[in-house]
Parts: sequence; structure tokens; C-alpha cells
Amino acid sequence: MKLKEIIEKLQLKVLMDQDKLDMEVTGGYTSDMLSDAIANSKEGNLWITLQTHQNIIAVAKLKDLSGIIIVNNREPDEDTLQKAKEENVPLLGSEETAYEVSGKLYELISS
Amino acid sequence: MMSDENGLSHRFEINGHDFSNAGRISTNIKAILQEIGIHSSIVVRTAIASYEAEMNVVMYAHRAVLTLNITPEKLHLKLEDEGPGIENIDLAMKEGFSTATDEMREMGFGAGMGLPNIKKNADKFEISSIPGKGTSIDITICLDKTEKK
Repeated sequence: MKLKEIIEKLQLKVLMDQDKLDMEVTGGYTSDMLSDAIANSKEGNLWITLQTHQNIIAVAKLKDLSGIIIVNNREPDEDTLQKAKEENVPLLGSEETAYEVSGKLYELISS
Repeated sequence: MMSDENGLSHRFEINGHDFSNAGRISTNIKAILQEIGIHSSIVVRTAIASYEAEMNVVMYAHRAVLTLNITPEKLHLKLEDEGPGIENIDLAMKEGFSTATDEMREMGFGAGMGLPNIKKNADKFEISSIPGKGTSIDITICLDKTEKK
């Protein structure tokens, strides 16, 4: 499923717009530990996290993730937005919890 | 894969506590490997190993030099840092063990997965440390599939 369809269906906010919204999402990975996310996420995954600092962008970039969803309506730091723009990593936001976003994404992708 | 038999070498400097540039060197290394056509599975393993090595310097050391060497047979990463060193390497290698501060843990670091992640992604991994001076890490990833563990 394409990232833009997921954005629409999960009613995600696009925090940093990118030209990669046509990208195919392969699944998701939910974690707030960076080492866990870099070790266990897969290419094309959407990373669901509550972390908002700039170091999340490098993880997404290194693992070729399709984007990051920041949950619980948390605001990313200004330098996180800047890095997302520089590295062309789609940064999305949700008002829902990691549990809800993960469950909905799982349903969408496995259906 | 590579026509040049002499191999390729790059040297990077990493500054401790520099969270704003953290990940830049591993991203750079990944781009180099992709550019010369290294297989994607090797690129991913190297990206994870170099990221963890880089973050260890950012979090704990004062500074470090990371050298990347690539020959047609293997890829070698050597990291030498100046810093507090590691008192007990066996303990540091244990998954879940971390000396990260509360502040680092809040940022999602300190899972105690850094060194184990490096080891998992390497074909050969060596670590030595002198407490009070620094830590040295050697990572080898084989490019020739027949040599793979």
C-alpha cells in the first residue's frame, strides 16, 4: 500500500512534506528505542514512535524506511523537521497512541 | 563488483557528545557502499554496525577516528576512540546492559543493544579497551559469499 493512502486512512498529519508519498509501505515497526528500530525494522517500513528528536531521522535514512509516525500528538523538534527535509524522510504525526496506530496499520497492510 | 584491486579507504572523525551530527558518518558510509555497488544486504549490515559504533562515540567518548577499508574480498571498519574506555567488556557485550544516562534513555538510547548489534552484523568482531584511555573496535564483513560465516 502506498504511503499516501495510509496517510489518508489513518488520518495522519504530514509534518514534513516530501516527494516520497508514492512510496510503497512494506509494514510497520513500533519502538521507542533507536537501537531496536535500526536492528529490527525492515526496508519500506513505517516507524511508529514517540521520539521527537533529530536522531530518529538518521535511523529512518539508514534503514530506508518509508517514513516515521510520531504518536500521541507529540510535536517534533525544529531540528528534527529540518533534518527530515534535508534527508527526504517523510515525517508524519498522529493524535492516537502507538498501540492504536500500530493496530490500524497492521489491519490495513495485512488486509 | 569492484574493478580496482587496490581497494578503497576512507577516514572519518567523530566528535563525542555531538548529537546534532550523529548518524552523519554512517549515512555517508552507506552512500559510499551503494555508489560502488555493494550488495544491499551488506550495505544494511554495515549501516547498522557503523551507526552503533558512531553512536557509542557520540554518547560516551571524547572523539574517535573511524576508518573504512574495502577490498574485493572484505569490508573493514576500524574505530579508535579517546574516552573513558570500558571497564568490563563481557558485561558491555551483554544484551540489555547499558551505562547510558537517564537523559540518553529518554531519547531512546541505552537499550544495551549497541555492541551486540555490531557483533551480530559482523563476520568478525574484535574489541579492546583501556579504561581511562579509550576503546578500539574492529569490524570485518566479508564480501565474498563463500567466506561468509
